[in-house]
Amino acid sequence: MADSTPATDGGEAVDDEAGDDGTATPEIDLPGDAFDAVLDALDDLDPGEPLRFEGFSVARDDEGGYVLADGGRPRPMDERELHEALTERAAAVTDWYAFERVVGEFGPRRAFLRWIEDADGETVATRYAALAEGIERAWGELKITATVTDRGERRYDVRHADDADVSVDDLEAHEDPLDARDLVTFDEMGRYRPLKTAPSLAGGWVFPDLGPRDLYETVETIYPATVANWHREREGELDVTHWRETMERQSGIYGVVKTWDRGEGHEHVDWVAEACCDDSQCLKRREWEYDEDTDLDVDGGDGVFPCREPCSVVVSAARKWTRLESEQPRTYEFELTPSEKEQVEAIIDAVADGRTDEIREADTKEGANRYRARFLRAKRFDDEGNLGGVPTDPDEE
Amino acid sequence: MQSLVIVAHGSHLNPESSAPTYDHADTIRATGAFDEVRTGFWKEEPHFREVLRTVEGDEVYVVPLFISEGYFTEQVIPRELRLAGWDVSEWDSDGLSADQATLVAEDIDREVHYCGPVGTHRAMTDVIVRRAESVTNDADVGDGFGLAVVGHGTERNENSAKAIEYHADRIAERDRFDEVKALYMDEDPEVDDLPEHFESDDVVLVPLFIADGYHTQEDIPEDVGLCEDHTEGYDVPETVDGTRIWYAGAVGTEPLMADVVLERAADAGADLGTALDDVRETTRVATGD
Repeated sequence: MADSTPATDGGEAVDDEAGDDGTATPEIDLPGDAFDAVLDALDDLDPGEPLRFEGFSVARDDEGGYVLADGGRPRPMDERELHEALTERAAAVTDWYAFERVVGEFGPRRAFLRWIEDADGETVATRYAALAEGIERAWGELKITATVTDRGERRYDVRHADDADVSVDDLEAHEDPLDARDLVTFDEMGRYRPLKTAPSLAGGWVFPDLGPRDLYETVETIYPATVANWHREREGELDVTHWRETMERQSGIYGVVKTWDRGEGHEHVDWVAEACCDDSQCLKRREWEYDEDTDLDVDGGDGVFPCREPCSVVVSAARKWTRLESEQPRTYEFELTPSEKEQVEAIIDAVADGRTDEIREADTKEGANRYRARFLRAKRFDDEGNLGGVPTDPDEE
Repeated sequence: MQSLVIVAHGSHLNPESSAPTYDHADTIRATGAFDEVRTGFWKEEPHFREVLRTVEGDEVYVVPLFISEGYFTEQVIPRELRLAGWDVSEWDSDGLSADQATLVAEDIDREVHYCGPVGTHRAMTDVIVRRAESVTNDADVGDGFGLAVVGHGTERNENSAKAIEYHADRIAERDRFDEVKALYMDEDPEVDDLPEHFESDDVVLVPLFIADGYHTQEDIPEDVGLCEDHTEGYDVPETVDGTRIWYAGAVGTEPLMADVVLERAADAGADLGTALDDVRETTRVATGD
C-alpha cells in the first residue's frame, strides 16, 4: 500500500512522480472494448476532428484511414497500424475509456471517481503507478482503495476504516451496492441509525472488487447525496439553506419551530448545532449558519462532504426544543452534597457523549455508574420520582 | 435516459418504515424498465430536498408512496422537491383523481413528472385483493369471506376516507367476497366493532397503510381485539366474538404494490415495455396446485 493512513480531502493521494519509490507504471494490455470504443468515437467525429488522449490525438482522414499526432509530424495509418499504435499507448487509451465510456458524464459520479485518483492533477503514468500500489481515500468512516488491472480497469475495495488492516477473508464480502442498505440500518449495538452520516457505521464487511459505477452507488447508498453535495461545493454551486430560511419553510406539526427565533440572537441555534452537528454526532461539515449574514459561534466540523441545510433530525429535535424552551425558568431548592452535584453533571456528560455503555458495572468511581445512579435515586427521589422531594409544579404541593 | 424516483415518508424511529419502499424499488429495478430507480424520504436520506440531485436521467418520474392525496402529496413533497409553479390545481383532482403534473424542479433545473399517490390509483384495488390472497394463502379467496378495508377516518384528512371507500366499492362490485366494508380508526363505522359489521365467519382485515408501524402493529390489533397488548402477538386468523379475523398488516408491504408505482409512471408517459406484465407475474400468490 502506498500509504497506510487514509488520505483526506486535501491529502496527497498520489506520489509526485512515478518511479520515485521504485514503483513503475504497470504493463497495460489494450482491451478490445477500449479499441472498439475509440473507433466508434472517431466515427462520430468529422474527418480531421481529433479525439484527444493524454499526449496524443487521433483523427480520421478522408480516405478511411487515421492520423495520429503526438507532437511530431502527424502520421497517417490504417486500422491495423492504429491498433498497434494504441497498444503502445494502452495506458492513455484505457484511461480515456475508463472515464469517457465506463464512468460517463454524470457530474457527481465523474468528479468523485476522478478525485479518487487525482485525475485532474496527475499524469496517466503517475496515476497508473499509484493505482498499481493502491490509492487510498477516506469518505466519512469509509476507506476506499483504488487499484488498476492489467487491462486498465479500475477496481475498488470499500470497507469501514476500522477494518483497514483486516483480511478480506475475515470480512463479510458483498458485490451488490444495494446490499449497503442493510449495512447502514443498525449500529454495532443493533440500534436503528436515523442519520446515515452519524459516525456510528458498523464494520465487519467489505465490497472487495467494485467497478467505478458500483463504487459510486455504494458510497451514495452508505452516505446518500454526499457526493452530489460535495460535487456542487467543488463547482462553487453548493446551495446552502440557512437555519432561518429552513425553519420559515416548515409547516404542519413543524410550523411551530419558526416561533423559536425571536429576534434575540442565535444562542439557541448554537446549542442545537453543538448538540446535533458536532463531528462526534455527524460527519457532514455544517455549512449552514443562522442566516446569510450571521454565523453561528460553533465550529462546522472537518468533514469531507458538506451539510447544506438543517436535516430532518435537527428539524424534529428543534420542534421539541421549541416547546420545551417556551417554558420560563423557575427556582427550585434541592439539597445535594458536592459529590452529588458532580455526579449529576457526570451523568449528563455520560449520556451526552454516549458513554453509558462503557461504564463498567462495578466502577463506582464513575458518577454515571449504574449503582451510583440507583443510590442517588434511592436517596434523593421521593415516591413520585421528584428530585429532592420537590414537585416539578409548585401547585402540586 | 428514464428515471424513477419513489418518494416515501420514512421514519427516525422505525427501520421497517422504509422497507416497502426499498422492496418495491428493487422489484422495479429488476424489470429493467428504468435506467435508474432512486428513493427519497421525508425522514430518511436522501431527503426529498436532495434526492433529485442524485438523479441522472432526463425523463424523471416521481411517484409518491402515499395512501391518499393530502398534506404530503399536495404541500410537502412539491415544496421540498422545489417544483416551480406547483399548485394543487395542476392535478385537477376530486381527491381521488390526481394523475400527474409536469413541472421544472428548480433543484436540477429539469422537468419532472410529479405523479399522484399510489393509494388512489385504480390498480391499488387489485393490491388490496392480492393482500387478502397472501394472508389467507388462497389465490381464490372470496367465497364465504368478508373483507374489511381499514384506514384513518376523515379527522386527519378527508381524502383518506375517500380512498378507502373507493377501493371498498370497487371490490364489492366484483362480487368476489360475500361482504366488503370500509372501516375507520377514528370515525364510524369503527374497526373496533368489526364483528358487528360482518355476518361472515371469516373476515380479512386489510389496513390501507404504506408501511408497518405503530398503527398497523399496535393500534389496530389492540382496537380490534386480536390481542390485549401488541407485545403478546396474535394468530392469523384470530377469533374475536365468533369471527375469524385474518389480519393482513399494511397493504403497502404487498409485493404487487410495485405494479401501482409502475402504473403511475406509465400514466405519466413512462415507457415501460413489458414491465407491468412482468411485475404482475412475479408477485403472484401461488395457486397451490
